[in-house]
Amino acid sequence: MTTTAENEAALEAAEKAGGGAAAGRFTRLRDFGVVLGVVAIVVALSLTTETFLTTGNLVNLLDQAAVVGLLACAATLVIISGAFDLSITAVLAVSAITAVVVTGGAGVAAGMAAAVLVGGVLGAINGLVVVTVKVHSFIATLALSIMYRGLAVILTAGAIVYPPEDVATAFQALSWPTVLGGITAASLLFLLVAAVCWIVLARTTFGRRVYAIGGNEEAARLSGIRVGSIRVAVFAISGVCAALAGLILAARGGSAQASMATGMELTAIAAAVVGGTSVLGGEGAIWRGLIGVLLITLIGNGFNLLGWDTIYQQVVQGALILGAVSFDRLLRRSRA
Amino acid sequence: MRIDLEGFGKAYGGVPVLRDVSFSLRGGRVHGLLGENGAGKSTLLKAVCGAVAPDTGRVLLDGRPISIGSPRDALRHGFALISQELALVPALTVLDNVYLGRWRNRLGWRTRAADARAFAELAERTGFDLDPGALVRDLPLAAQQQVEILRALASGAKVIGMDEPTALLTKTETDRLLAVIRQLAAEGAAVVLISHFLEEVLSVCDDVTVLRDGRHVITGPAADQTPDSLVRHMVGRPLDVFFPDPAPVAEAAPVVLRARDVRRGAAVRGVSLDIRAGEIVGVAGLVGSGRSETLRAIFGADHRDGGEVELEGRPLPPGSPPASMRAGLAMVPESRKEQGLVLGRSVRENIALASLGSRQLAGFVRGGAEGRAAGAMLGDLDVRGSDLAGPVWTLSGGNQQKVLFGKWLLDRPKVLLVDEPTRGVDVAAKSQIHRLLVDLAADGMGVLMVSSEVEEVLGLAHRVLVMRHGRVVGEFARGEVTREQVLALAFADTPSPTAAPATPPEGRP
Repeated sequence: MTTTAENEAALEAAEKAGGGAAAGRFTRLRDFGVVLGVVAIVVALSLTTETFLTTGNLVNLLDQAAVVGLLACAATLVIISGAFDLSITAVLAVSAITAVVVTGGAGVAAGMAAAVLVGGVLGAINGLVVVTVKVHSFIATLALSIMYRGLAVILTAGAIVYPPEDVATAFQALSWPTVLGGITAASLLFLLVAAVCWIVLARTTFGRRVYAIGGNEEAARLSGIRVGSIRVAVFAISGVCAALAGLILAARGGSAQASMATGMELTAIAAAVVGGTSVLGGEGAIWRGLIGVLLITLIGNGFNLLGWDTIYQQVVQGALILGAVSFDRLLRRSRA
Repeated sequence: MRIDLEGFGKAYGGVPVLRDVSFSLRGGRVHGLLGENGAGKSTLLKAVCGAVAPDTGRVLLDGRPISIGSPRDALRHGFALISQELALVPALTVLDNVYLGRWRNRLGWRTRAADARAFAELAERTGFDLDPGALVRDLPLAAQQQVEILRALASGAKVIGMDEPTALLTKTETDRLLAVIRQLAAEGAAVVLISHFLEEVLSVCDDVTVLRDGRHVITGPAADQTPDSLVRHMVGRPLDVFFPDPAPVAEAAPVVLRARDVRRGAAVRGVSLDIRAGEIVGVAGLVGSGRSETLRAIFGADHRDGGEVELEGRPLPPGSPPASMRAGLAMVPESRKEQGLVLGRSVRENIALASLGSRQLAGFVRGGAEGRAAGAMLGDLDVRGSDLAGPVWTLSGGNQQKVLFGKWLLDRPKVLLVDEPTRGVDVAAKSQIHRLLVDLAADGMGVLMVSSEVEEVLGLAHRVLVMRHGRVVGEFARGEVTREQVLALAFADTPSPTAAPATPPEGRP
């Protein structure tokens, strides 16, 4: 009895008068709101600074968005499936450290492969714990993230780890600009992963099942969907995205350490939600996460270009997230 | 006391659900509010009691307009709403809930004894036998409802709205509640009662108002109405309540579903049944008799503790919906909102959900094939006024239910298990769903149908099973049994396991 009779009445009447159109209007308005915010900032920055619309700045902007963008892809996927993954940055750290350690023994390629593998395995462990122990994913991944951070400390003995001198340059390959107008390899990796996640969610039967599980787990189960396997897969993909983000961070710094990217999982979740992905699950899209990332990155970029004091940046970011979520809530009120 | 409701209007997202509704209530009278699902009854009651803000409309209390902007305002004027979803704090006691937020106190310190005395008085007045110290979450639903009524009275409510208060009560509980409603009116209160049970409305109400599509149709003395006349006002046309006759089952029709001694906890205690191709088997029984649990155990939604299920001779593993579906079994579950549909997703995605594997290429959804299949299914099921891309929640209950059927019919199951095929759907959709079930059986599908509406079971099924306490206690061929006999069997009290004839339909073809 979660849906009120009032609602039912409204919906039934809505249907009679072409409610599909009304629903469509709401959706469009919401998309519009988020996109409008981004456009407004872009226009404002283009007009007030001479540097914003330069290739250098845009390339830089994309590069800045890569790490949080990969994490936002992970967060979006997991949130749509009706769960949370607070361990992504801990997985990121363990993966990055693995990359450094394995690179030392077996070369850069092996190091990167090992990092991705570790990310996938840790993600799958998250999924298995959530599915079998049936603790809320928020708590389960919080506890697991503490364990993973601890594991990272053990692996590094608490120090910053570096790849061997002779391969240090190759290890940083991801941070290099490419022939594509100077766009960094990290940015390309981010765009590639985002495109894959987007297609998987929007076009595959797996994506359909992810939405169904997030929207109504019991209905999905009774429709013959193996909820447990899908959940484990979603968490594993989340882990792989985190590992790739870890490779980028490690490449930029030429090193890895246990405290890498601490707190960034919340930025990623915020990006997903700001874009309009529902924290209740079952609704959202990768592009929404990307819009959210763009918005958050633009604010940092804007502060930089305008020469504003960055001590205000966090306040603005927080206010923006709150504003976007309130707006979302407002537009959904007729449904809630 | 006289309450005039003037010009109530409300629209959601531009779609009107209430249009200029006006009528009057009187103190000392019970006023029935009737209409089909979606007619605007609940919305009106909520608007009057401050739970939703109407777009237009005002309330006059004895000729003076009063302003009601919130439930708090409404309570201040003596308006209380007892809605379908009870608004109690489960972790607090009965006493705390009855005086919620208005606890008697001295300088901020609660004087519980004063509350307790007042409670005892109230309980005596209504005849409710409630332990003031019991936690609300431990109470059965009927008792929780009594707590809400006491709370309304404790707040001094003179106008009490009740939204389908008897929907989930047993017969005895309903009778007691109706007596209390009469008593409240006798004490001078104006009671507004929303109910789908027409006889109940006619027996307890002094006046009735009928709404249709958000518009006021008629207000008048209940004595002038009959169930037929009320239905006519509700649907705007005379209504034939008849069931399509199912096609006879062929002599040679094979048994498609065979269940033997299926067990699941205390709910299902050894159920055996056979369903032949083209046969509709109806299961009647009270809520809690194990009807739904039997369906779920057969389908594998719940893991059965024992017994065998075979589909066309192939045994089904316990607790695996995917395996059951591969074998050709489908289940339309009891609650479309909680178990059936993903409300936030589109009609198309919902229809496709149970058969995604049938229209895929290397893991990708074949969009064209899916669009055609879903579109054709919507056409077959006569789901009008919706497009495939719109979210399912925008559809009416009847259309949602059709979408739920469509989801299971895309892959043409051999046996369809249906739990409450027409719960919460409008009259037109109901008869379409009846027709659909009969047609499916005529095409050779086996149908096992559970319904709380005995008429539905008697009207559609070739064979009727009656369940009680997790067992089948009676089996009848079509036309061999009356509603009264079914109810008598279902209600028979004495769960003596030896006396219950657990009729395994062994001897049937």
